[in-house]
Amino acid sequence: MNPIPPISGLGSAVALFLAQFTGEHNSLHPAGPQASDIEWLYWVIFWIIFVAFILMITGFARAAARNRTQAAEMLPIMSDPEGDRRATWAVSSAVAITVLTLFAVLFMSVITGKKVEGRTSTNPITIQITGHQWWWEVQYPSPQADQTITTANEIHIPVGRPVVILTSSADVIHSFWAPSVNGKRDLLPGYSSAFWIQIDKPGTYPGRCAEFCGLQHAHMGFSIIAEDDNTFKQWEQQQLKPAADPADPEAAHGKQVFATHACIMCHTIRGTDAGSRMGPDLTHLGSRQMIAAETLPNTRGALAGWIIDPQRIKPGNHMAPNLLEPDDLQALITYLQTLQ
Amino acid sequence: MRGYIPLSILLASALVLAGCKREERELRPSPPASEVVNETQVSGLNPGANPLPTPPTPAMYEESAYAVSEGKRLFNQYNCSGCHANGGGGIGPPLMDNYWVYGSQPQNIFTTIVEGRPNGMPSFRNRIPQYQVWEIAAYVRSMSGLLPKDVAPSRSDQLYVRPPEQSMPKQTPVGVTGEPQK
Repeated sequence: MNPIPPISGLGSAVALFLAQFTGEHNSLHPAGPQASDIEWLYWVIFWIIFVAFILMITGFARAAARNRTQAAEMLPIMSDPEGDRRATWAVSSAVAITVLTLFAVLFMSVITGKKVEGRTSTNPITIQITGHQWWWEVQYPSPQADQTITTANEIHIPVGRPVVILTSSADVIHSFWAPSVNGKRDLLPGYSSAFWIQIDKPGTYPGRCAEFCGLQHAHMGFSIIAEDDNTFKQWEQQQLKPAADPADPEAAHGKQVFATHACIMCHTIRGTDAGSRMGPDLTHLGSRQMIAAETLPNTRGALAGWIIDPQRIKPGNHMAPNLLEPDDLQALITYLQTLQ
Repeated sequence: MRGYIPLSILLASALVLAGCKREERELRPSPPASEVVNETQVSGLNPGANPLPTPPTPAMYEESAYAVSEGKRLFNQYNCSGCHANGGGGIGPPLMDNYWVYGSQPQNIFTTIVEGRPNGMPSFRNRIPQYQVWEIAAYVRSMSGLLPKDVAPSRSDQLYVRPPEQSMPKQTPVGVTGEPQK
């Protein structure tokens, strides 16, 4: 392998830096109050460091320029009490300013943290997020069991309304991170914590697992879809329904394939016999935009590839390859796509 | 003296190779299309003149720590523990003792899971992929100390009242001998 030339290393560093300012996965494009608070802190620290950097570079440049003019002759050692006093004053005031600035930044960090944590509401939506290797279980709990929505990897919330996210993990430590919405939050097994998010602009905001959690950590994505109140209500009503019984014979055959093969060992489809909680709930799979934790688009081809040989697409994930006859596979996909 | 050096190198490399086997992870067990129906013969009785072919012994599942830990995960997630508890039994027979109703060999356990058994054990044919059945079978054997100590799981994520599989005393199977009869 060729060593990377320094210039291309520098180029990729610059590209990485510029990538901060574009794209969706971006903490500098805040979508809600929590992210705005964090962005404000980011820019305050950025400008403080920028000023310190400029001062330092100016100092170095002046020192370098001054030495060059006098380099030819040796200077005799002489005592200069006035100069010593000035030097002492300069050094101690520089140290004092540095310490004070660091304390100021610490103070602002604490204040921002309090602000982000402290935004509360009496009328929130509660969402329970459970990290699994390697997907996200999303639940909208309700005191009534039949009013609980369970879905995966796609979090729908209404615009402008505070949302409490309750976190937990089913296996190892994961971390929930949607950069344009809030900071990272670790999901610990056996421990529940809560934090607030709010999104003020409609749109789709991507997120990732931010704590290394095993083989498919890099492909453990989710998205938060913020939509207006009516669209959210419609989505909610649709999700509350059990799966409709398939009307056409092919989909009915697909339902039978689901029940007689390995699918039923791990997945739930509410309204059918399938009720295992190991894999994502598929009751409304057809309504999701992506499959396999935001890895593949929810299309016929991608579903077929994923069902037949998921270990080729995401090696090490917990879904087993499925040996299905072509007719059975086609029927199964038809059935899955009817689960709107 | 000199003669020992190649010999010890040979032994050392044999050890290293054996160590690799333990860590082998078969993430994509076989191209799905090449999977064959496994017909395990556990009785000498046979219809017709030609005996059924003997299936290959799946040594790789009993030699890989990853496969056995996967078996342990699946044992809980597929709810084997619902009837067999964590080896102590309940609705189903205990799995950590030395008594085997239908044989202690991996092939016997495979058949038990795939075909089911009278009085309660359901058949998981088509429901659990073949390689996962072998993984579960390997784990079931580790519960009574039938697997090498370096392969058996050494810890649990949940609270267990019995020692981890690695520290289970090795039992001598009784009941059906477990050897597929010729």
